[in-house]
Amino acid sequence: MTTPSRLPDAYGNGGGANLADILERVLDKGVVIAGDIRINLLDIELLTIKLRLIVASVDKAKEMGIDWWETDPALSSSARREELARRDGDARHEELARENAELRARLAALESGRTREGS
Amino acid sequence: MTTGLRYVYAVCRPFSAPLQSQLTGVGGVPPRLLHHHGLVAVVSTVPERHFAEEPLRAHLEDLDWLTETARAHQQVIDALTTVTTPLPLRLATVFRDDSAVRVMMEAREEYFRQTLDRLEGRVEWGVKVYTDAEPGESGEPERAPAKAASGRDYLRRRRDTFRAREDAWQKAEAFATRLHETLCERAEDARLHAPQNPALSGAAGRNVLNAAYLVPRDHSEEFVELVDRTKDEASGMRVELTGPWAAYSFVGDVVGAAGDEENGEGDLP
Repeated sequence: MTTPSRLPDAYGNGGGANLADILERVLDKGVVIAGDIRINLLDIELLTIKLRLIVASVDKAKEMGIDWWETDPALSSSARREELARRDGDARHEELARENAELRARLAALESGRTREGS
Repeated sequence: MTTGLRYVYAVCRPFSAPLQSQLTGVGGVPPRLLHHHGLVAVVSTVPERHFAEEPLRAHLEDLDWLTETARAHQQVIDALTTVTTPLPLRLATVFRDDSAVRVMMEAREEYFRQTLDRLEGRVEWGVKVYTDAEPGESGEPERAPAKAASGRDYLRRRRDTFRAREDAWQKAEAFATRLHETLCERAEDARLHAPQNPALSGAAGRNVLNAAYLVPRDHSEEFVELVDRTKDEASGMRVELTGPWAAYSFVGDVVGAAGDEENGEGDLP
């Protein structure tokens, strides 16, 4: 059975492939082409779906007690951290913004306290 | 009578090998080949009631529908991969009719040719590394039968658990980095993807490496063997190989690449 240029048997591909793997590639990696049915809309929708899947699964993961991403500083190598940051960018921005606002408020409170003491 | 819309799976160079006779795509419809300007678009007709803008929007919210459609899409790409080198398009790339597909192909002709040249005879292999399921993940230690005798005991236990995790993590990180370097030497190109969420993938353990490698077909056997060998070296870790895939991770983004967002077919009748 020496078929030339035969590929090794599929590893977990085809019918048995992990749904997460398929979605990852089919939703995320294939070429994006503007069609005459507005593909921009699709991009947004696909993003929404992905976000939803991630959010849903994060909640589930937390239920199961997996919360390492919150506490583990050695989350990943810089490359993966970048990837994550790209994905989580929005959520993190929000969080940072909130934290920033909080710190500002606290600083303002402290400063007003000090000026009152100083005067 | 409506003729339906055109769902495009991939763009290829013309190929002579026949597709599997029973191959079906989205909606159970067999895909067909649309030749234009020396390229081939692999398309099938899909009903407007499912794939026009509004229904599509609704469908994409439906995980079951999404799953089925994604599998159908992948099935066609997979079949193409066995006979040629497809340039896979993203899920649900839909056009009004054949002529709109032709317009799209012309507008992006150069990009398609360049990319197909680059990918010719290559396939993608996915490699993931997981740590073995961590003790903390099953919830067991939290409910350890013997209660901590004192606060200090409790803290010590927590610290030990944390350290054990930390060690396992660092070991996995080092292993994954080494593996990635080795595989990069055998691959023409590589992409690091974000680690998969365990809840979504259903895989046990933590995903520490999720990478894709572009490998010439002819070297695939070697590559697979290489990955297989490393599986033995990985104690406390799991190496998972998937593929051969079409080069999904190496096709890039073409929106705007042709400098032609409006293709003149935008008006709905």
